Amino acid sequence: MTKSKSDPTDGTPFEAVIGLEAHVQLKTRSKMFCGCENRFGAEPNTLVCPVCLGHPGSLPVVNRQAMEWAARVGLACGCEIARFTKFDRKNYYYPDLPKGYQISQYDLPICNGGEVEVHFANDSGVVRRKIGLVRIHLEEDAGKNIHAEARPESWVDLNRAGVPLLEIVSKPDMHTPEEAGAYLRMLRLIMLYLGVSDCNMEEGTLRCDVNISVRPRGSTHLETRTEIKNLNSFTHVENALQHEITRQMKIKARGEKIVQQTLLFDPEKGETRVMRGKEEAHDYRYFPEPDLAPWIFSEEWIESLRKSLPEMPAVRLQRFQGALGLSPYHADVLVRDVVMAEFFEEALETYDKAQSVANWVTNVVREESNARGISAKEIGISPARLAGLVRAIDEGKVSNQKARDVFKAMLGNTRAVAEVIGELGLEQISDDSFIRNAVKEVIGKHPGPVEDVKKGKENSINFLVGQVMRQSKGKANPGIVLKLVKEELGV
Amino acid sequence: MTTREASIIEIRDSLLAGRTKAVEVIHEALRQIRAVDPQLRATSQIFQEEALARAEELDMKLKKGEEPGLLAGVPFTVKDNICTRTGTTTAASKIIPTFRAPYDATVVLKLLAAGAIPIAKTNMDEFGMGSSTENSATVGPTRNPWRTTHVPGGSSGGAAALAAATRGMLHLGSDTGGSIRQPASYCGVTGIKPSYGRVSRYGLLAFASSLDQIGVLQSSARECAAALSVIAGRDPMDSTSASRAVPHYLGELERDVRGLRLGIPTEYFPDAIDAEVRARVQEGIDVFRRLGVETREVSLPHTRYANPTYVLISAAEASSNLARYDGVHYGHRARNPQGLVELYARSRAEGFGAEVKRRIMVGTFVLSAGYHEAFYNKACKVRKLIRQDFESAFKEVDAIVCPTSPVTAFPIGAKIDDPLKLYAVDILTVPANLATVPGISFPCGLTSEKLPVGLQIYGRPFEDHTVLRLAHAFQMTTKFHLAAPPVYAGS
Repeated sequence: MTKSKSDPTDGTPFEAVIGLEAHVQLKTRSKMFCGCENRFGAEPNTLVCPVCLGHPGSLPVVNRQAMEWAARVGLACGCEIARFTKFDRKNYYYPDLPKGYQISQYDLPICNGGEVEVHFANDSGVVRRKIGLVRIHLEEDAGKNIHAEARPESWVDLNRAGVPLLEIVSKPDMHTPEEAGAYLRMLRLIMLYLGVSDCNMEEGTLRCDVNISVRPRGSTHLETRTEIKNLNSFTHVENALQHEITRQMKIKARGEKIVQQTLLFDPEKGETRVMRGKEEAHDYRYFPEPDLAPWIFSEEWIESLRKSLPEMPAVRLQRFQGALGLSPYHADVLVRDVVMAEFFEEALETYDKAQSVANWVTNVVREESNARGISAKEIGISPARLAGLVRAIDEGKVSNQKARDVFKAMLGNTRAVAEVIGELGLEQISDDSFIRNAVKEVIGKHPGPVEDVKKGKENSINFLVGQVMRQSKGKANPGIVLKLVKEELGV
Repeated sequence: MTTREASIIEIRDSLLAGRTKAVEVIHEALRQIRAVDPQLRATSQIFQEEALARAEELDMKLKKGEEPGLLAGVPFTVKDNICTRTGTTTAASKIIPTFRAPYDATVVLKLLAAGAIPIAKTNMDEFGMGSSTENSATVGPTRNPWRTTHVPGGSSGGAAALAAATRGMLHLGSDTGGSIRQPASYCGVTGIKPSYGRVSRYGLLAFASSLDQIGVLQSSARECAAALSVIAGRDPMDSTSASRAVPHYLGELERDVRGLRLGIPTEYFPDAIDAEVRARVQEGIDVFRRLGVETREVSLPHTRYANPTYVLISAAEASSNLARYDGVHYGHRARNPQGLVELYARSRAEGFGAEVKRRIMVGTFVLSAGYHEAFYNKACKVRKLIRQDFESAFKEVDAIVCPTSPVTAFPIGAKIDDPLKLYAVDILTVPANLATVPGISFPCGLTSEKLPVGLQIYGRPFEDHTVLRLAHAFQMTTKFHLAAPPVYAGS
């Protein structure tokens, strides 16, 4: 579950109303309207051509893959997919926009409506909510202006110009920063499940603007709102919302009015500052892009896209908890990491004790991949071999504790579990007669603790068990040791 | 009076038969251009060295017995708003006075592939905005070879003047509201604006994307057909280019016109039409009657709104298309601007000519919030009605005949100070662009002042072959197109 943020409206007569505009860069092979490679991190102005440079005479051509992916996102969110959609020009001047207009969508977006189901934990337990969507449309990203400190010049890098960008507009359905955070995280997860974006906020492949207003609790009226632009981490979104909700409540408590404006969040100071007021709002002079014909989606195409959708996070969560019987915690951790969830499901094909496998995947496998900064698939043990290890634990062949050493020894090779356990000498001894002998020996050596146990001192049992374990060099099955110690002492 | 004959079609055969060499063809073309250009100022650049080098290369290929293309050895000129790797592409504007395109327009590539050789770029009204070629900020006004005190029409005035004053070349023009047909009319040559989508616009510096179309200006319909058969067809780089098959234009010319139905729209013969123009056009229509073409009256009732509709739509699109010339990425940049806004404002104020600025202002206004509905949207609705007029007329007739321009060539300076007077010259040509239908203008005689009069034929969308066929039939029984002007270097 996501970390709980305190709700600044708690205990106040106010309620916050929050809407999000998320921008998701699609990782199509080429850009939205030309054949240039779509890649982050290349040398400035190396992934460009006359089209994305906005050269005179050049014309855009729609990237079919981007259209298809936009429709897939819409289908995954239950949107109505437009049968007839078109592009429009959004006109404004900025150095990172080489044509002087952005090709976007105005009145006929690819997707209308839809909703995103989110869940998060707060004081009252797990909350599930459906956040409505207004629309999803496709547009081209702008380039990047680069300003050097203490120099009068600025530079423009157009590698990003023309990269396909999905704009996902939510309804003003959220009321707390944590709800907004949960929504944004779920949106990211949906993109990852569909494989259409990396949604990396640091690289800017997921960006977010938020709209906020505050109203008396119980009111259904939408009041004057402010917009905070360009929030580039989940924490910034939540912090900016907390700050802005608090600011607006203070203003309203004084009986003053909120001024409609666009704000920028300064994450270091934790404050917002004014970017522009309502009167400075742009008139984008939208009109239909005459260089592109309208786009028609056929029923068959939409149906084939619908059928090809993978299992989405909300459905998977239910299956993991229901059919597989995982704890809510384990199900949630797995669902939030696409690769780990796949790793888990593959492991189940070898060994189907779901909760046992989930314990290992969400603990040891996750620790290993986090520590090395790589995915579960890259740590050097196949799901089948991991499943073999978990089975060995469940069958008492190796102790849960020693199994971590076995796990380490299995990384980066293809050796079988039994072989590794044998080589490390970590086979667990579950042979009753062997253990009973050791137990008898220990009881004989430690009359004091034995007396204590008989007097009812529980702790002394643990001491005796520890001594047996020590004598067996840790190989004895601790469960059997405990059982036999109790038997021998008759407690 | 000197006469001339169509010749670009025969160049290939002459080369194959060894009667001439490509180098000689180019030398002859260069000689002609140099002979008339000082008087006409029709070109902006002449590619002597490059053209001769290409000609030598072609001669080598022919020597080796390689099969030459359909237009092998044909010298061609390129209007200065069409991108060529050779030389500069300026659209006769000081905003990009030295712009070197990094690519060839699709039409140029197609001509090169057919063996044709670029020899010069031709003068025009800045960005195609004008009807007299007086708005050329780089070369100055081009003069009419029939009378050098008069304009050649525009905006493809350089191409029209050269087409009239020379022979044996192909001239690429562009037509947004009559920019091929009107100068063809004023200079006594044959010019075709193909159906919208018939010829790729990739590499044409956009004026108004939904109206712009590349075409040619020649001495005959037969030459136009030969040129069109090379430049027409689907281009994957232009999403608005049509994928339907390109007819065999030269073959279609030979079909009898007897029985074709020609519509005479009453609205295209208003009182404002010059009496001599009216007389020559009526005589031209009689020629068709003698050829067995049926004539009947048709009505295109929304014609009276065509000009304002055109002014609004073309200006709106232009205001957006020309936004890229902002001084940031290429072209003219103001010196020492104080900040970004001044960089934009001064670069554009210094770079664009008065007519271009006027249209950008009009276009920006009609797309602005509060005016969008009343102007731009209304114009788009009227455009639909104009298109429907043509659709219903074309149910009754196969083609429509009317004058190309209400007047003949006028003296340089006569109308340039009154934009409304100058826009009125376009009233008979803009409907073709609004309705996306093909239009051809060809000479139908001279006035008593020895100035050519143009007859215009409109066809159904993608029936370019029908307008060519009618014009060809006319030229087979008349000699108007063979008349050479006083400034003529072709003999």
